[in-house]
Amino acid sequence: MAVDETLHYRAPVWSRLRGQLAGYGFLSPWLIGFFALTFGPAVSSLYLSLTDYSLMSSPRWVGAGNYVQIAQVDPRFRAAMNVTFTYVLLSVPLKLIFALAIAVLLNKGLKGLNWFRAIFYLPSLIGGPVAIAVLWRQVFASDGIINQVLMSVFGYEGPSWIANPDTAIYTLVALAVWQFGSSMIIFLAGLRQIPQDMYEAASIDGASRTRQFFKITLPLLTPVIFFNAVILTIDAFKAFTPAFVISDGSGGPIDSTLFYTLYLYQEAFMNFRFGYASALAWVLVAIIAGFTALSFFSAKYWVHYDD
Amino acid sequence: MTSLTLTDIKKSYGPVDVIHGVDLRIEPGELVVFVGPSGCGKSTLLRMIAGLEPISGGELRIGGQRMNDRPASERGIAMVFQSYALYPHMSVRKNMSFGLETARMPKAEIGQRVQKAAEILQIVPLLDRKPKQLSGGQRQRVAIGRAIVRDPQVFLFDEPLSNLDAELRVQTRVEIAKLHADIGATMIYVTHDQVEAMTLADRIVVLRGGKIEQAGTPLEIYNQPANRFVAGFIGSPKMNFLEASVSRRIGKEVELDLAGTQLVLRNDDAVAFGVRPEHLKVGADCGTSLGQMTVTHVEQLGGQTIVYGRFPDHQQIVATLDGQRSVTTGDQLPLSADLAQCHVFDAEGRRAAALAA
Ligand SMILES: Nc1ncnc2c1ncn2[C@@H]1O[C@H](COP(=O)(O)OP(=O)(O)OP(=O)(O)O)[C@@H](O)[C@H]1O
Ligand SMILES: [Mg+2]
Repeated sequence: MAVDETLHYRAPVWSRLRGQLAGYGFLSPWLIGFFALTFGPAVSSLYLSLTDYSLMSSPRWVGAGNYVQIAQVDPRFRAAMNVTFTYVLLSVPLKLIFALAIAVLLNKGLKGLNWFRAIFYLPSLIGGPVAIAVLWRQVFASDGIINQVLMSVFGYEGPSWIANPDTAIYTLVALAVWQFGSSMIIFLAGLRQIPQDMYEAASIDGASRTRQFFKITLPLLTPVIFFNAVILTIDAFKAFTPAFVISDGSGGPIDSTLFYTLYLYQEAFMNFRFGYASALAWVLVAIIAGFTALSFFSAKYWVHYDD
Repeated sequence: MTSLTLTDIKKSYGPVDVIHGVDLRIEPGELVVFVGPSGCGKSTLLRMIAGLEPISGGELRIGGQRMNDRPASERGIAMVFQSYALYPHMSVRKNMSFGLETARMPKAEIGQRVQKAAEILQIVPLLDRKPKQLSGGQRQRVAIGRAIVRDPQVFLFDEPLSNLDAELRVQTRVEIAKLHADIGATMIYVTHDQVEAMTLADRIVVLRGGKIEQAGTPLEIYNQPANRFVAGFIGSPKMNFLEASVSRRIGKEVELDLAGTQLVLRNDDAVAFGVRPEHLKVGADCGTSLGQMTVTHVEQLGGQTIVYGRFPDHQQIVATLDGQRSVTTGDQLPLSADLAQCHVFDAEGRRAAALAA
């Protein structure tokens, strides 16, 4: 009965549509952008991932062929996965810890806090990623600052960090960690949210600074940690520029900096295998989606949401 | 049970002096209420006692020991915050046991203490909930429970009831009084609600501008306010202050001209005459006549009638009359009062000693 009644009171279809038209009108700039620039290309890349396509000829349907090849016989895919996972699993936790540590220090009510905040945020701001990566190449070059310091302080002649396949990836991890600024700002905002009387109650309860940090600050900050972790993980999976600049687009030495996206880029724009590159892109989407889903699932167990 | 001694306690934030030297002794087991208008320094004083705010000058002793530089956790105090300050990510049980766990008390004893406190406060069914799953009143109890389990020498409350609705305030107020009677600990209670102060306190400390205006039992404060400020602060509606001028002096006696009525008082420089609304009577034969009031507004409370009006010289006056009176705007009421219940204040606002009948 109730259902009948609501149906009864509904306006006729055409009049409802007319009412909504204005709304869609206002949305149209965004909708056009979304369909033309995001949704359309995404759908077509999904189609292309099932084809063999080199720009020169029209796409040739190969079904799951590209995906089978990725899964079974592509050694460079393995290398790229290796590099990317190393990068994600090292840079994300390190960056989180670093950003949180600096945020906690800055939150102690340092004099000139705003200056420090600006200084620490600077690496995340200046010149965009390309300029930074170029700078980084200088810093870790065989005659770069790092080695000059090692030489003058320890008398140790450092290797060329970037040219060495064993260390090249760690220079990229270091670069990522160094750009901790935006996570730190978010942590700082999160720390500000924790009411002061929480700490007062804890100090009356006799909790030391350390105990307060682990029992009050950290648990209350878990929503922010979670947010930062998810964002950083997705960003790290998608990272491209630093490896591209540092290795001149090669992913070398010996594929040691072959980020997943860099490999994808090479397949598409150097080898002109657009079908295969599209398949690689969709595999990355699946990996990121899997990771994110896992994070949200795990959040139930360790993230404390206040209200 | 412990005594507290505050000797010339001072507080300044940079160049700003907030507490200007407070001297106070609180006896073991006493429930002392700090009252005063907003910003007078009640919280600051309490927080200095708690150890949450450094003491700028003077000496604080708790149980005879100097406490100025001891951390909050070593002062034997527990505090109930206005905001409750419960740890939102911990269950009620955890909230209550956190301090004991920090002190590395054996698990079994922690369990016992939490259970006992929860029974006293009737929050046993709530022990496994998170604070966000509690009502305001329940949170309040948990906050008190967290204080009780520590078995402190001194309980400190900073406006603990101000976030509760009127009914719950009364109920919790009664429970705090009962709690005090049961465990007998020394308590300091900050409020700006004078009803809370009157009903809870063994002794009221009235603060203004970082100084103690008066300290005494609730009835002392009510009957013998030390000055005009205290007289006006305690009591509702506020005490009436009428300007009076000295018309004649005969030796130590003064004849006062109060709104056209002549009063003879045994006093020197009386310039303000104070009478509480509830001490005013209608009719010429109940005490000393004070003059004719023209009614401007009437409030019927059921049990009482509050009448607002003016004397012929336009001074405002409020009278609280018992029962339901048929008074309307424009009525003329002859007011009188028992002079023994009236007060006279000098130019500095100090209360003058005695009144002659
Ligand atoms: N951190 C601070 N820096 C400077 N002045 C402060 C600080 N904290 C408090 N004050 C000042 O100290 C005075 C007393 O403040 P306090 O909080 O003790 O007042 P209160 O009596 O508790 O008032 P309320 O009833 O509004 O809670 C106020 O004038 C306030 O402005
Ligand atoms: Mg206060």
